[in-house]
Amino acid sequence: MILLVDLCCRDGSLSRDEFVAPVERLLGRLGVMSVTRHYTAVGAPEIESADAVILCGTALMDTGYLERPELFRWLLSFERPVLGISSGMMALAAAFGSGTEPCREIGMADVRVLAPDPLFAGQEEFSAYTVHDCAVQVPGEFVALAASDRCVQAIRHRSLPLYGVLFHPEVRNEWVIERFCGLAGRQSP
Amino acid sequence: MRLGVLFSGGKDSHFACWKAMQNEEVACLITVVSKNPESYMFHTPNIRLAALQAEAAGLPLVEVETAGEKEEELRDLERALLAARERYGIEGVVTGAILSVYQAARVQRVCRELGLWCFNPLWLADQEAYMEELIGAGFRVVIAGVFSAPFDESWLGREIDRRTLDELRAIARNYQVTLTGEGGELETFVVDAPFFAQRIAIEEASKVYRNHNGVLRIERAGLVAK
Repeated sequence: MILLVDLCCRDGSLSRDEFVAPVERLLGRLGVMSVTRHYTAVGAPEIESADAVILCGTALMDTGYLERPELFRWLLSFERPVLGISSGMMALAAAFGSGTEPCREIGMADVRVLAPDPLFAGQEEFSAYTVHDCAVQVPGEFVALAASDRCVQAIRHRSLPLYGVLFHPEVRNEWVIERFCGLAGRQSP
Repeated sequence: MRLGVLFSGGKDSHFACWKAMQNEEVACLITVVSKNPESYMFHTPNIRLAALQAEAAGLPLVEVETAGEKEEELRDLERALLAARERYGIEGVVTGAILSVYQAARVQRVCRELGLWCFNPLWLADQEAYMEELIGAGFRVVIAGVFSAPFDESWLGREIDRRTLDELRAIARNYQVTLTGEGGELETFVVDAPFFAQRIAIEEASKVYRNHNGVLRIERAGLVAK
């Protein structure tokens, strides 16, 4: 079971349909079980029963989740696969003590793969949908996996299956989420 | 949050408006009227009747004209959003974008430059579930433009009820046509919505049609009790 975390300004917000529901539907089409919780309501039972976690994105103007870093500390000891999408990547990096830097990209961007990893295997460059004001500063425990000509677009923890992507894979790059689910499936008991 | 809905008169902007009303306060509708029939962003038949739909919904309408040239259109959109903010204090904008990365990104950019939130509640919607919800919720939607094979003249003016939806499903299976018309195959006009106090009666309309391209020109329409 994958735990989807909703990072939008509040539970049941208008942004949920845009940033969370498309990922829920994609997992449904892939036959992957999931449960969704708002980031303020993630509890020990969901964390314990999750084989993997996807942190969904939120609206450009929405930065409320960055003001509550304590609500993401559980990611430090989760150790199972995590995929942070856009704002979710920022929340993941923030949990590891990293900040952001201004980098606005809105629309399609060319993404180049920088380092070998199962998530991007066989891909050298692809076009991806971006909606962000900032990029993450890559935390010390992470490596950059992909970049646009403006900023780092994907990171992975050096020893754990923790990923962050700045682009929105649910738009035109569903294969990224499908591969992540495959990695998560291989790691579950 | 007070929101303005980018409004074309068709089903997607009406449905997005209805979704927004369930979460936030819709303060106004915003229409950019393009004089260019080739406009990528804003051209749609019967856009002038948006004022009647706004009246049916009991919402103010901010209407801005554009010559419809590619980059100028964005300045005109910006002008419309600024007018909506000034007059109705909107803090965010709602669109009916479903799949078009081009349209969605352009609106996102203008909103961000103005410090406005941007909401796309239909983004990547499941087309089948969306059309079912649209009909089930009581929206009454008329086909006001056809721009693709195999649609003939008889489609113009048809209401999208369950029977029409079944026919659209069959067409979507056999042709390069999306069920929602998101690929530009269909334009729609909403005559009733769950948030309308009155519904629209089309009193006089004419059809202009040639080679799978046609529009229903609504010449006269009025509001009637529901």
